[in-house]
Amino acid sequence: MLNIFQKTGALVLGALGSMGRMFIFLATTVYWTFLPPLKVGRVMRQLRFIGSKSVPLIVLTGGFTGMILGLQVYYTLRKFGADAYLGPAVALSLIRELGPVLSALMITGRAGSAVAAEIGIMRITEQVDALESMSLSPYRYLMTPNLLAALIAFPLLGSIFNVVGIYGGYVVGVKLLGLSSGTYFSGIRDFVDIVDIRQGLVKSACFGIIVLWVSTYQGYHAKHGAEGVSRATTTAVVMSSTLVLVWDYFLNSVTL
Amino acid sequence: MINVKGLHKSFGSQEVLKGVDFTVEKGEIFAIIGKSGEGKSVLLKHLLGLLKPDTGHVYVEGEDICALSGPALYKLRDRFGYLFQGGALFDSMTIFDNVAFPLREKTKLKEKEIKERVNEELTKVGLASMGYKYPADVSGGMKKRAAFARVLVMRPEIVLFDEPTTGLDPILVDSVHKLITWGQKTYGFTAVIVSHEIPEIFGVANRIGMLSGGVMVAVGSPDEIKNSDVPIIRQFVGGISEEVGVS
Repeated sequence: MLNIFQKTGALVLGALGSMGRMFIFLATTVYWTFLPPLKVGRVMRQLRFIGSKSVPLIVLTGGFTGMILGLQVYYTLRKFGADAYLGPAVALSLIRELGPVLSALMITGRAGSAVAAEIGIMRITEQVDALESMSLSPYRYLMTPNLLAALIAFPLLGSIFNVVGIYGGYVVGVKLLGLSSGTYFSGIRDFVDIVDIRQGLVKSACFGIIVLWVSTYQGYHAKHGAEGVSRATTTAVVMSSTLVLVWDYFLNSVTL
Repeated sequence: MINVKGLHKSFGSQEVLKGVDFTVEKGEIFAIIGKSGEGKSVLLKHLLGLLKPDTGHVYVEGEDICALSGPALYKLRDRFGYLFQGGALFDSMTIFDNVAFPLREKTKLKEKEIKERVNEELTKVGLASMGYKYPADVSGGMKKRAAFARVLVMRPEIVLFDEPTTGLDPILVDSVHKLITWGQKTYGFTAVIVSHEIPEIFGVANRIGMLSGGVMVAVGSPDEIKNSDVPIIRQFVGGISEEVGVS
């Protein structure tokens, strides 16, 4: 019996220790973000990697999400004779929820995993130690640029996802199912408020911090060769995706 | 110049260093020898503050590096250069950019001056025409020489070498040792080398310390170590393995 308590206690203490280390890691990264000089070149490089290179994926997934949403919502609304509200239903679903969440999950799979792997390889090949040995902070060179790039890229990519998704819904609702174009867009103008857009952007920014925080942390603490990097990458994706959904629930419960 | 006192370090339940004591004099080449897994690289990382000991101290000209953190630690590290086992070159940069990196990040030199200094260092280590290549495209020996150029370009007072010849053929081993001796004579830095290369290291180091069982079992001149009567040193220097398959 005592053994069970000991094991449970060790598990709880281990989990608390890990959480503590993660928060200290985030706090250190934020500290270095405000400590000049900012490595603008490295921020731009990461912005290109996380942001620009994710655009095709975001356009593709955003378009199809909007089209699926158009189909599903249209058939639901038609049962209530409310198919004229297809535009605002699609737009609100995307802007408030699906745009930020799905774009974050897509970028986690594409960029979060790559960042964890890159930093993990740098760790096991002593490139991170090489930075330290030159009195250069890995936080300034590796963590801060990723965090800042994510803070800029996630809301922009989320917005692209929303716009493409709304046009995806338009293609299905207007071009395929015969709804009027004016009805679709005027509904969006009437029902979508600036508060909805703002909340979506805030969500995306929060998800950006979560994804790159977890990914850089996992990469930075990678151990034991290729297997360690593989584990760090997998953990980064799984933990980021889970935390995005958990944080999404908390944000919704506070803002709705 | 470097004074190590009572250094203890454990990783989980494994006690790697069990009270290491030794000193390194200014301007000498000090080699740390010992079997694989004895904690030589761990010890070297303590000298630069990359690892913190459980107990003990590392004094660099009287300043305890173990007690420092943040900017004070970075300031002291500026006096060091560290040659990592695998070179630890940044694989996203060319050889030239790797060598230029510390100059770009830590000095206010103009790009023209940086170019001149990097080319000068690359020429000295025999990589004059290799600057445009990426680390993945060059041999292990070239990587080590490029990493050495990256260290030398900052003119450090103390250079730490972590097994600089591991994985190299005998000719390259000799060339790296000659490079270290030449570098030390030219720039006058203090060198600490972790090495397995017996007997080659006897021709490079001024003094040698043998790490065994988590402690420095002997420190002396190459001749003293070579002619030591201590069984564990005789066994290591003679390259005699434990008998296997004997119950």
